[in-house]
Amino acid sequence: MAELSNQLMAAAVLAYLFAMVAYAGEYAFGKRSRVGRAAVRPVEAKQLVGAGGPVAAVPPVPDDVPVPPVKRGRGELIGMIAVGINVLAVLLHLGGLVTRGVAADRMPWGNMYEYILSTTFIASAVWIGVVLARPAVRHLGLFASLALVVMLGAATMIAYTPVGPLVPALNSYWFIIHVSTIIIGSGIFLIGAVPAVMFLIRNGYEEGKRKFPYTLGKHVPAAVTLERLTFRLHAFAFPLFTFGALIAGPIWAEASWGRYWGWDPKEVWAFISWVVYAGYLHARATPSVKRTVATWIALLGFLTMLMNLFGVNLFFEGLHSYANAG
Amino acid sequence: MTVVEERPAPPASPPPRRTNRVWALLRNSWRQLTSMRTALVLLFLLAVAAIPGSVFPQRSVNAERVTRYYQEHPDLAPVLERLGGFEVYASPWFASIYLLLFTSLIGCVVPRLIDHVRALRMAPPDAPKRMERLPQHAEDLARTGAPAEVAAGLAADLRRRRFRTKVREREDGVWTVSAEKGFLKETGNLLFHFSLLAVLIGVGFGHWYGWHANRLLVGGADQGFCNTLTQYDDSTLGPRVHAADLPIFCLELSDFDATFQSTGQPKTFMATVQVTQDNGPAETRKFTVNDPLRLDDANVYLLGHGYAPILKFTDRHGVSQTKVVPFLPIDGMQTSEGVAQFPDANIDPKTDKRDPALQVGFEGRYLPTSPTDGSATSAFPAENNPMLYLTAYRGDLGLDVGTPGSVYSLDQGQIASGELKNVSGTRPHALKLGDTWTLDDGTKLEFVGTREFATLSIRHDPAQGLLLVGAVLGLLGLMLSLAGHRRRVWFRVRPQADLPGSPPAGGGSVVTAGGLPRTDYPGFPEEFKALVKAAEEGKP
Ligand code: HEM
Repeated sequence: MAELSNQLMAAAVLAYLFAMVAYAGEYAFGKRSRVGRAAVRPVEAKQLVGAGGPVAAVPPVPDDVPVPPVKRGRGELIGMIAVGINVLAVLLHLGGLVTRGVAADRMPWGNMYEYILSTTFIASAVWIGVVLARPAVRHLGLFASLALVVMLGAATMIAYTPVGPLVPALNSYWFIIHVSTIIIGSGIFLIGAVPAVMFLIRNGYEEGKRKFPYTLGKHVPAAVTLERLTFRLHAFAFPLFTFGALIAGPIWAEASWGRYWGWDPKEVWAFISWVVYAGYLHARATPSVKRTVATWIALLGFLTMLMNLFGVNLFFEGLHSYANAG
Repeated sequence: MTVVEERPAPPASPPPRRTNRVWALLRNSWRQLTSMRTALVLLFLLAVAAIPGSVFPQRSVNAERVTRYYQEHPDLAPVLERLGGFEVYASPWFASIYLLLFTSLIGCVVPRLIDHVRALRMAPPDAPKRMERLPQHAEDLARTGAPAEVAAGLAADLRRRRFRTKVREREDGVWTVSAEKGFLKETGNLLFHFSLLAVLIGVGFGHWYGWHANRLLVGGADQGFCNTLTQYDDSTLGPRVHAADLPIFCLELSDFDATFQSTGQPKTFMATVQVTQDNGPAETRKFTVNDPLRLDDANVYLLGHGYAPILKFTDRHGVSQTKVVPFLPIDGMQTSEGVAQFPDANIDPKTDKRDPALQVGFEGRYLPTSPTDGSATSAFPAENNPMLYLTAYRGDLGLDVGTPGSVYSLDQGQIASGELKNVSGTRPHALKLGDTWTLDDGTKLEFVGTREFATLSIRHDPAQGLLLVGAVLGLLGLMLSLAGHRRRVWFRVRPQADLPGSPPAGGGSVVTAGGLPRTDYPGFPEEFKALVKAAEEGKP
């Protein structure tokens, strides 16, 4: 079973790679696709903005604004294929996680390797949810799958841990609640960085910049759309992360270690991430702070999440035994 | 984007009297401090200030690692010490950042609370003159019925949609309906920020009025202890707690049960204790790693376990004494190290004279499962093949000097000075369970058996309940705040006769509508459209 899990994960990484190539293909043909055009047409952009929450809460995009019938270009077709491969990758990823859990006979988040697999799975699943709800953001798929390939690759190379049982301290339902909410929250934060980066690029493009990173902004949705998507994802993840890291975590720590908060490195970095993301929400709510500045703060939050995911486990020793990098 | 409340512009400042510079400076600083930008900067500083605490070892987390750091970086460590680098979260600079932040928070949310309460009690403001300037508006919706009646119907519909409404009659037969919704957003936001304050106060309160202590408790009725400071290996009382305030209870470990995976990873720990509280009757309680023993005013947490060999020493005069000495585990397989000291050995029962040169001590290792290859580390954490490896020392143990040494190792100074001599050779002597070892002078040491011990942390934090309530309310407020949208809608209803060129009034009305989202709300145009549609059709 553990072997199967490893094979499924390898297949998932491959599938993400293929999806990435396909997205890149669409990117190349993007000029002709409906998505590409929709992205730059202000009417549609506004309409896309009209949608609500990030995941389940997304109401269907209203379709009363007529979309002129277009012949599906090659780009469009490649785009659909890319999404298809991406869905396949997510399923393989899920399969890898489930078999891992079955092999260990517990939830698949007992060590750093599994934790990263779970977090990236959430990121990936949320991404697919967003794409299916709003095809216009499909062009971000290239960057989303790139991020996933990099993180999964890093997980396999530096954090791989053979299947093993949990230490007694992890044997608690608060552990499940704590870790699952953090994983979901972090997953959404992680994928939120994709529209954040693209917003900064697109914004530069719209301001007339035509040098390298900004040219990437040519075919992606309008800056306002990206910025709003960024905010939606972060605003959705923030309470989840707050609950997981700052309520469920301390409850479990109290029962297990006798103190609800002890400034263990993992706790320190969760606190830092939380404060930085609170800063992002503040900055976004302050009219005198530019949206680009606010978005940079969100990206800073992303870096602190990476630190928590990889760095803390590698550089510091702490009580969080699942943080041991194999 | 969230448009922060447009507060009414401050009234034009009164003509400058004698300007009080100090007062002006104070007022300006306060305004600066309570601005959102300052809050942002302080949040950022707080995040940065927290970093060193994960880079350098923290005394409150792991004091041994601080000691190690001192050995590894003898030059840097004292400097760090002075900067508070080993106590980051208790350092003055960390405290000053969060205290400033919370001052800013108070200065920010108290006025907002006042404003909000006022807004809650005020009727929604009247419709603006020119609806077409609003982000959303609709013109000339025809309705049957007189304006008063139509306005009442619209208001009822809006109320059903949980808007707060106010119907007003204007001078020329025109009626207006004002409606506002989404107050929960600001309510939630305030709840969230006040909860942050509650949490900070709770943390401070717990620090002042809480206490904690650690104890290694060996199994057996003779090894129990009662809750007094002298019984603890180490303890910390909050500044407001006195030793006499500690709750009265006694604990004794009657059973300890550990199970392991075949790899040696621990699977479960379960401690069974006899507890008496307030000198009441003894009761049997069980607790485990994730499920502490909750007493009236203290919780007992199970942190770890280990073994305490029972050693019987018979001296030159045939006097024997038995000790239960906990050995501390040094690896996951419970290879443990410890000492047994017999300062009262070899006292001549006739003269009662103690010869310090004849004290006896043993130092060595205990392996719960001695591997078949005879190596000196345990192969499994349970007691499958117990083995003691000991070295015997005779001489002055150095216990009378008054400097309290470790109870887990012999005084190295005494050994170095030759006051305490190795009398058993360089190779430690191996003892199986039940073995007796006869030393060079005929004295005997018997390995009688072992008991288990549990390492316990005993804690009391009176603010934990407050913290939990604060955190949960804060989360609730946060969700309300992030999910809510504040918006206003107005309808102006004129008698139809107003319309130039329209047929004589058949009692009909004409409705104009306008909408203003007061916070960033992408769904507002749709909502407004639905409201207008309902208004047009005259039914909810
Ligand atoms: C103690 C540290 C603080 C933390 C962790 C914090 C956290 C947050 C968070 C997460 C939000 C976003 C949720 C929401 O939109 O309601 C928020 C909103 C807000 N905070 Fe804070 N805050 C802090 C201090 C402050 C201070 C000092 C001020 C005033 C200067 C302030 C003023 C505001 C305002 C006005 C909003 C509302 C933004 C909006 O309208 O959406 N906060 N805060």
